[in-house]
Amino acid sequence: MNDTSEPHVAPEPLAKTDGTQDEQQPMVLFEEVQKSYDGESLVVKNLNLSVAKGEFLTMLGPSGSGKTTCLMMVAGFEAATHGEIYLDGRPINSVPPHKRGIGMVFQNYALFPHMTIAENLAFPLQVRGVNKADAEKKVQRALDMVQMGEGGFHGRRPAQLSGGQQQRVALARALVFEPELVLMDEPLGALDKQLREHMQLEIKHIHESLGVTVIYVTHDQGEALTMSDRIAVFNDGVIQQLAPPEVLYEKPENAFVAQFIGENNTLHGKMRSVNDGIARVELTDGEHVQALAINAGPGERTQLSIRPERVEIDPDESVTDHTVTGRVEEVIYLGDHIRTRMTVAGNSDFVVKTRNRLGARRFKPGEKVRVGWATEDCRALDHSA
Amino acid sequence: MASRERAPKQELLAADGTPLKAALRRSQTVERRRAFMLVAPLLFFLLIVFVVPIIAMMWRSVYNPEIRNYLPQTAAALQDWEGQDVPPEPVFQAMAADMIVGVENRTIGRAAARINREIPGARSTVMRTARQVDEWSAPYREKFIEADEDWTNIEFWRILKRESRVVTPTYYLLAVDYEYSSEGEIVPRSEVYQVYKQLFWRTAWMSVFITALCVMLAYPISYMLATQPTRIANLLLILVLLPFWTSLLVRTSAWIVLLQQQGVINELLVALNIIDETGRLRMIYNRTGTIVAMTHILLPFMVLPLYSVMKTIPPSYLRAAKSLGAHPFRAWWRVYFPLTIPGLAAGCILVFILAIGYYITPALVGGDSGIFISNLIAQNMQGSSAQLKLAAALATILLVAVLFIYWLFNRLVGVDKLKFG
Repeated sequence: MNDTSEPHVAPEPLAKTDGTQDEQQPMVLFEEVQKSYDGESLVVKNLNLSVAKGEFLTMLGPSGSGKTTCLMMVAGFEAATHGEIYLDGRPINSVPPHKRGIGMVFQNYALFPHMTIAENLAFPLQVRGVNKADAEKKVQRALDMVQMGEGGFHGRRPAQLSGGQQQRVALARALVFEPELVLMDEPLGALDKQLREHMQLEIKHIHESLGVTVIYVTHDQGEALTMSDRIAVFNDGVIQQLAPPEVLYEKPENAFVAQFIGENNTLHGKMRSVNDGIARVELTDGEHVQALAINAGPGERTQLSIRPERVEIDPDESVTDHTVTGRVEEVIYLGDHIRTRMTVAGNSDFVVKTRNRLGARRFKPGEKVRVGWATEDCRALDHSA
Repeated sequence: MASRERAPKQELLAADGTPLKAALRRSQTVERRRAFMLVAPLLFFLLIVFVVPIIAMMWRSVYNPEIRNYLPQTAAALQDWEGQDVPPEPVFQAMAADMIVGVENRTIGRAAARINREIPGARSTVMRTARQVDEWSAPYREKFIEADEDWTNIEFWRILKRESRVVTPTYYLLAVDYEYSSEGEIVPRSEVYQVYKQLFWRTAWMSVFITALCVMLAYPISYMLATQPTRIANLLLILVLLPFWTSLLVRTSAWIVLLQQQGVINELLVALNIIDETGRLRMIYNRTGTIVAMTHILLPFMVLPLYSVMKTIPPSYLRAAKSLGAHPFRAWWRVYFPLTIPGLAAGCILVFILAIGYYITPALVGGDSGIFISNLIAQNMQGSSAQLKLAAALATILLVAVLFIYWLFNRLVGVDKLKFG
């Protein structure tokens, strides 16, 4: 791989849209979109979503959650059963895919195996009637952008490239005709972890330098958090939460999102009272804790969500509001941090992540300790199955 | 091969000091022997029932032993004769000796028959002389001529000399409608006898036509098969393969029922007043019949390779092409079609080669205008030994033509790229 530390910057990057984007026409607008394949069940249920120009929006969700279907509806390969999709203010339900002018990166790249890399990239320009000299220039620029401009890749066929190189070419091909919107359908799914992480940053930099709008579909939450301006978490055909990465991670609005994004400790209990947004929750073992009341009311069963890195073992009273008892089950040494698995309030999968700093105390299995957290870090959510 | 090029100059040695390559070869001997044992029965079988008969057939098409065997001395004596004048005494002497032996062994009749094939009426000359020759003594020349004027016929001797060659191109000439003139020159046969060239031509163009029809019918159906869900695709595939499972005769008689002048289609057209009683269409026992029935029979050979290739083409290619701005037809032409060429080529070569040698369907529904060269080969095979040789020559020409087409195809498309199913 010809990885370089500096991302390539296009000669004239479009100015990234700033705060004024709210007044602008959204790039993509879903209006009450529904999709059904069999006429019996809805894959996408009443979707309303607006994607701003220049935004990097990720549709994240487990398989079958409807995220890919949404992408395919934007691309024009699936028709919405109900509702309308607007592209830059224009309804596109009746516009065939080849007239939408949307760049797309497919899951398995879909590079044409019988064409060389240069021919693959020139294809969208050719069908648009771009003259040969201009096309060559654009192809070269696009290849430069994905750092494949040198090394004699032009004349090779896709099968002669590595997975990462194919991925870059697919990206370049989707960008070469300068679309305003690029769709990506799990483009990094076939790469190994290290390459995937590298490509995530590269795609992010390309997005930043070109200012194109990207709708990115993935089931990998790490990928979504790394790259996105906003993430739409899909489940069961419904957007569960639409928020920037840090909000999604730190302030999940329901149990699904809390579970799906990042590592999460759950404690089950019953909400006794809510006062000024702070709930008193009785855990299954009878202990009482405080939590932010999000979407559960007094008297309801609730699921508390606490991130493993926000839990302190044997905490200072000043840091945490209260403590509960835990029993250490297992200590896993991971180099930069230590994971301590313990049983807290009947949950034997309660994980605490502590930095491996000088003088950090190691616990032994069977040891009884106090664990605590700040009330803001503990969210009382709906009680999902 | 590549590893040999990369190997260092100095030979690598195994642990016991033998060259590594030798050690490797030895270690693989058992494996290789086992592999050979697995293919040996089929190899042996093919040798006996395929290679040997074909070689025998090709040999037979040029083998011409009668004169040389039955009149050996005459054949030898004629080698020195220039063909300008009535042969000299040694030739007649040799002929007399051959005749005496021939009469004794009762082979003279066969020799006479062979000569008669070239010169009608020559049999009686030969037989009559042969009956008297043992009473004569040298010099023979005058006595022969005295007995029958025909012995002065130079043409007779020329033909005898020509036919004394053990290997002859005569049957190949006949197979392409040429023959030797009495002067020994190669000339076209008279028009009434010219059938084979025309038949070869007809066989070729009708095979091309049938192949083209198969492509037109099979391409869309294969595409549909490849894009349907597996369950539906399998059901459709069974329908496509149905012709494979019914007897050729049953299918052919079904075509006869449908296509004949009193058949279903004609009755229907008459009933609908599209044609009248006198205008009933001839759709069978002619070219139309052959083309319709053979297209039906050969269609699966086109569908299967196409289907198997199309199934491997991910739908995302077409989608990608469309998303890049290509009109659906252009996307298909630039992206999908090129990828189906290996299957298309395999189907074409398969159907064409099967069609060009097809026998039974043209024989049953071809009438006069729809028969193929193979039907004439079969006809000739049931005839005299000369016809059998002609059949062998025709068959060899067909075989060579097919091999040539295959070679050409390999040059153009590359057989290694084909996918047959």
